[in-house]
Amino acid sequence: MSTPSTAVARSAAARTRRAGLLRGAWGFGRTKLGVVLTGLVVLVAVAGPFVAPYTPTEFVAKPFETGVDGTVFGGDNRGRDVLTRFLWGGWTLLLLAGSAAGIGVVAGAVVGVVAGYQRGWLDDVVMRANDVLLAFPQLIAALLVMSVLGPKVWLIVAVIAVSHMPRVARVVREATRKVIEQDYVKAAEAIGLPRWRIMAVEILPNVTSPLLVELGLRLTYSIGVVAVLGFLGMGLQPPTADWGLMINENRQGMAVQPWAVALPVSAIAVLTIGVNLITDGLSRAAIGIDRGVGK
Amino acid sequence: MTRDKAKDTAGGDTVLAVDGLTVIGRPSDVEIISGVSVSVRRGEILGLVGESGSGKTTLGLSLLAHCKRATQISAGTVEVAGKDLASLSERGVRELRGRAVAYIPQSPASALNPALRLRTQLGEALHDASLSAADADARVREVLREVALPDDDAFLTRYPHQLSGGQQQRVAIAMAFVGRPDVIVLDEPTTGLDVTTQAHVLETIRRMTREYGTAGVYISHDMAVVADLADEVAVMYRGELVERGRTDAVLTSPEHDYTRRLLRAVPLLRTDGHGGGGEPEEEPLLRVSGLSAGYGRTRVLEGIDVSVSRGECVALLGESGSGKTTLSRSVAGLHHQFTGEVLFDGGPLAPSSYRRTAEQRRRVQYVFQNPYEALNPRKRVRDQILGPYRHLVGRPEDPDAVVAGALERAALSASYADRFPEQLSGGERQRVCIARAVATRPDLLVCDEITSALDVSVQAEIVRLLQNLQEDGMALLFVTHNIALVSNIAQRVAVLNRGRIVEYGPVGRVMSAPEHEYTRALIADTPDFRPALAETAD
Repeated sequence: MSTPSTAVARSAAARTRRAGLLRGAWGFGRTKLGVVLTGLVVLVAVAGPFVAPYTPTEFVAKPFETGVDGTVFGGDNRGRDVLTRFLWGGWTLLLLAGSAAGIGVVAGAVVGVVAGYQRGWLDDVVMRANDVLLAFPQLIAALLVMSVLGPKVWLIVAVIAVSHMPRVARVVREATRKVIEQDYVKAAEAIGLPRWRIMAVEILPNVTSPLLVELGLRLTYSIGVVAVLGFLGMGLQPPTADWGLMINENRQGMAVQPWAVALPVSAIAVLTIGVNLITDGLSRAAIGIDRGVGK
Repeated sequence: MTRDKAKDTAGGDTVLAVDGLTVIGRPSDVEIISGVSVSVRRGEILGLVGESGSGKTTLGLSLLAHCKRATQISAGTVEVAGKDLASLSERGVRELRGRAVAYIPQSPASALNPALRLRTQLGEALHDASLSAADADARVREVLREVALPDDDAFLTRYPHQLSGGQQQRVAIAMAFVGRPDVIVLDEPTTGLDVTTQAHVLETIRRMTREYGTAGVYISHDMAVVADLADEVAVMYRGELVERGRTDAVLTSPEHDYTRRLLRAVPLLRTDGHGGGGEPEEEPLLRVSGLSAGYGRTRVLEGIDVSVSRGECVALLGESGSGKTTLSRSVAGLHHQFTGEVLFDGGPLAPSSYRRTAEQRRRVQYVFQNPYEALNPRKRVRDQILGPYRHLVGRPEDPDAVVAGALERAALSASYADRFPEQLSGGERQRVCIARAVATRPDLLVCDEITSALDVSVQAEIVRLLQNLQEDGMALLFVTHNIALVSNIAQRVAVLNRGRIVEYGPVGRVMSAPEHEYTRALIADTPDFRPALAETAD
């Protein structure tokens, strides 16, 4: 029962008060730490090629030689500069992992919302197909396809995205089913809004919380899978500078030249931890929002 | 009454004494309730009245020395049977809860653990180690008999979901009384119940407090129920106790302005009707004839004939499960499984809203029961209103004028347009829902229990709003379970019972001379609230 005067006074403050998922997540210390860690690795990967002292394929030292003049961390298994290859090797990983996670999440969201909203036979068919895809472990499926079709960049992205899709779809479908019980969806149906618009305007904005959490999670997995594929030789091929590939190439010389392995390993570790911390903050904020205590 | 109650000799027969109680929220330090003092005598019931957000539940919980998340008692004392709860340790309080103070929550469905059988549930509430298993079992059966529930093994092995709403609430009452408490706190225990069930539950509460000599604190926003039940009334407003006194004294000569407003907000059960009851013009706006609807094989509605004329309000009255929502959804095109004829302005309405013409969808609008679910939380009020308008009418030349106009018709200022639903109170949300519906200038507004989730005072405002809309020429199909509302808003009423219309006619006639016994029972079970104030009101 607010009188008009208090209502007007409140509305000014009200506009800024919108408690979003992102703002809620930012309130946690872990999210800030995660953003710092992730930002650090992304900075190395993106700015690295521009500040690298050599080109990634230039020979500057003997294989596994350390303490060479003009190099910080010495040479790798072929005598190329470790620092340069480290600075060059990140953006491919980030790009592949990012696009695989992005495509997977978008595809999963579309499939999940459509299956959850349309129900009936479409839901059954789509979700059973999902179950079939879910039966393949992510890495095994990727290795299988790579060994049959050969390691190609687009294939890496496609395989990882396809393996993400059913997992995301499952989560989004559950969230969608909760949302479509709400009366605002019925209100949109009562005025005859087209189905696709209901899905895009009424449902999708209300499942963003689980979707964002899912995006973080899928990004973490993508980083892992891309790095492992590189390590197993099924990812990017030499002489490309790539963190996963670097670990594989330099592991025999680890005792004499630890930097060539330690740098990419710690970068991947920091990145994974960082993304995980952000995801964790997001999911904590999402739980708070769902319970209504986020206000 | 085997238990020794020596403790209460000192304070006369006052069992509950609250003095200067203040509860603050953390970390803002805002006082949620400030300096509240009440006392209740043995065997009496104190009615605690106030709108949502006035702090009545917070006060009720603090009587158990329980605080909601991020709140704490900062001053004052709560004395139950001579013991100050606020000064006791957590362990000491736990000892007293359920024995000295018991609590009956608002929604029994969520208060009973769905995974526990009633025997376990009630036995847990007793939690008295001094009793043997046989004694405890006997006590549980005794209390079940007292709340008029079966006490056989078959009943005790049931799960909560196998009970009706009224039975669940009576189990909750039994759980509260099983430990023979000195004080019992009832937090709107009948809000979700039908009038008939409500009458039974209130009767049970009345009788149990008398028999046990328990002091009751009955929290409610509905003056009519409190007037019926309580010996004393305390009115809360914005965290403060603004008025307190014997029930009849408060009802006849309220001192505080807010109390007067509350009393005026209660819909009177019997009114003179609203003129016009005679047979309306030849072709009504909406004519439903021979409608039968169901879900799968279950028939919910059978042979329904209703009509609504232009500018008329027809009420659909029925209890939960009577099929009234199914009927209103069929009219709105949200429920497709029906047979029979629905004519709107001479033309048939297709079962699915997607098969109807845009013009038909524009002219029939629907307002939902629960305003907390009916607005998309991610859209501003402006977009909530413009969405249907763009879709049904077309792109407006001046969107701001459309939004402002719709908000004005719903008695909201244009400044609400930029808000998100979470920044609105329940009543404001429902107004936005109405604004969204009237933005397209419909001829028929279907209102599905639109005030049942709201306070009585807000309900009165919404009813006034609907009356204004009706005067502008809009026809209303008003679905409700509240018979008192019917006589305040509708011209004609159709009483639904188990999927059939048992009585249909002008409100004045149905209320004064009901023909069907179901209608008579409904009227008899509704608290008849007629404050003396009604005459003296300015």
